[in-house]
Amino acid sequence: MANNVNQATEKPMTADRGLRSSAKSQPKGNFFKAVSAVVWKDLQAEFRSRELFSAMLVFSLLIILIFNFALELDIKTRQSVTAGVLWATFAFAGTLGLNRSMAIEKDRGCLDGLLLAPVDRSAIYFGKVISNLVFMLIVEIIVLPIYSVLYNINLFQPGLLLVILLGSIGYVAVGTLLAAMSVQTRTRDILLPILLFPVVIPVLLAAVKASEGFLTGADFPEILLPINLLIAYDIIFTAVAFMVFDNVVEE
Amino acid sequence: MQAKPVTLKVLDIVSIVLLGVSAYLALVFAPTELVMGDVQRVFYFHIGTAWTALLGFILAAVFSIVYLIKKDLKWDRLQVAAIEVSLVFFFITIVLGSIWARPAWNTWWTWDPRLTTAAVTELIYIAYFMLRQGIDDPDRRARFGAVYALVGGISAPITFFAIRLFRTIHPVVIGGSNAEAEGSFAMTADMRVAFFFALFAFTVLFIDLFWNRIRLGDLQEKVEQLKLKVTM
Repeated sequence: MANNVNQATEKPMTADRGLRSSAKSQPKGNFFKAVSAVVWKDLQAEFRSRELFSAMLVFSLLIILIFNFALELDIKTRQSVTAGVLWATFAFAGTLGLNRSMAIEKDRGCLDGLLLAPVDRSAIYFGKVISNLVFMLIVEIIVLPIYSVLYNINLFQPGLLLVILLGSIGYVAVGTLLAAMSVQTRTRDILLPILLFPVVIPVLLAAVKASEGFLTGADFPEILLPINLLIAYDIIFTAVAFMVFDNVVEE
Repeated sequence: MQAKPVTLKVLDIVSIVLLGVSAYLALVFAPTELVMGDVQRVFYFHIGTAWTALLGFILAAVFSIVYLIKKDLKWDRLQVAAIEVSLVFFFITIVLGSIWARPAWNTWWTWDPRLTTAAVTELIYIAYFMLRQGIDDPDRRARFGAVYALVGGISAPITFFAIRLFRTIHPVVIGGSNAEAEGSFAMTADMRVAFFFALFAFTVLFIDLFWNRIRLGDLQEKVEQLKLKVTM
């Protein structure tokens, strides 16, 4: 609690310093400073409590366990469904993390503190996106070897890791925007997946297709198409979210 | 109480008449398709509702951009009206398509790009109304609604192209042909009459419903304001 208050008051000070240093370089330097301050605050809070991270990780392992029973993951099915199981796991675990990361801002009045800071609102958005992305990637990095051991498939291929990175960026870019909205509604906890899943279907679709391509050793041109789609989605939705985020946090 | 504008009253009647004529053209006047038989007649209304629903969704995306720039609640009411009418029209499109698909494709549903995108689009706009329901403050409701309608409106076409990475069996009647499509056909002159009339009739019907819904939104707004006045 004390830590949060401290963080909220710290931000205007960093912003002030930026203002004083020079008027011209102020927007740029200030912006990156603000983004990294938000990221740092989230990471530090998380490394102290480890609530969000442990919940996401245990939840992902449970989902893989459920898929094991639901799909009877024998050697033959494993080949065709691994990409789908992985992405379904990441998507479900991701909503958990996104919801929590925005809910703690709202509950402890942290969001108001952040909004009071004299920095561009989009700095808060990018800060949140980066910290959410870090959490998601850490979970994924732990889930991958566990899945590899459990099902005897080598998932550590550079191509697959690239797909996971691109897919997670798109997922988190939209997810952070929608989570910022859903925590401000009456039905906050149940609303995020309902809002998020229909709009991230392109990401999941392209990511599953590209991951499957890498896992089955398909030709590169075939994999390039979904990867291009992922890149396009990431760029479009990061840009859109960047432009509309002001409207979501405005009081 | 504000009286209903005369133009709107006339439009109500005109759209009912047009719908009747269109039904006659589709069900009686147009020749029976040789391969599929009478079930093909569903097509006239299927395209009519699909076109107007898409028109409404595109309008809604435009209204949301305008709202986010101007911050005038009038645009929010236009947006809700467009999405609500389109949601119903699109649902009718899906149901009619299913009725046609059962004999033509031998299944009610397949995970084809258009069908999947239609289902996802319906879910996006249902989520839109769930989001709005959870917010009490009208300004915030309008802002969040506009943001979500914009995100959804961009995502839906991307979903369509994403699924197009797989092949499609949905027939393309206008503009280009698809060799793998099942159930496509060439239109005769009489069919074309019924087809374009259905498009026209549904467009008029859409405008009429849209207008009525906007009027309803305005009246709701007025009621809210009167309630506030009474409590103060």
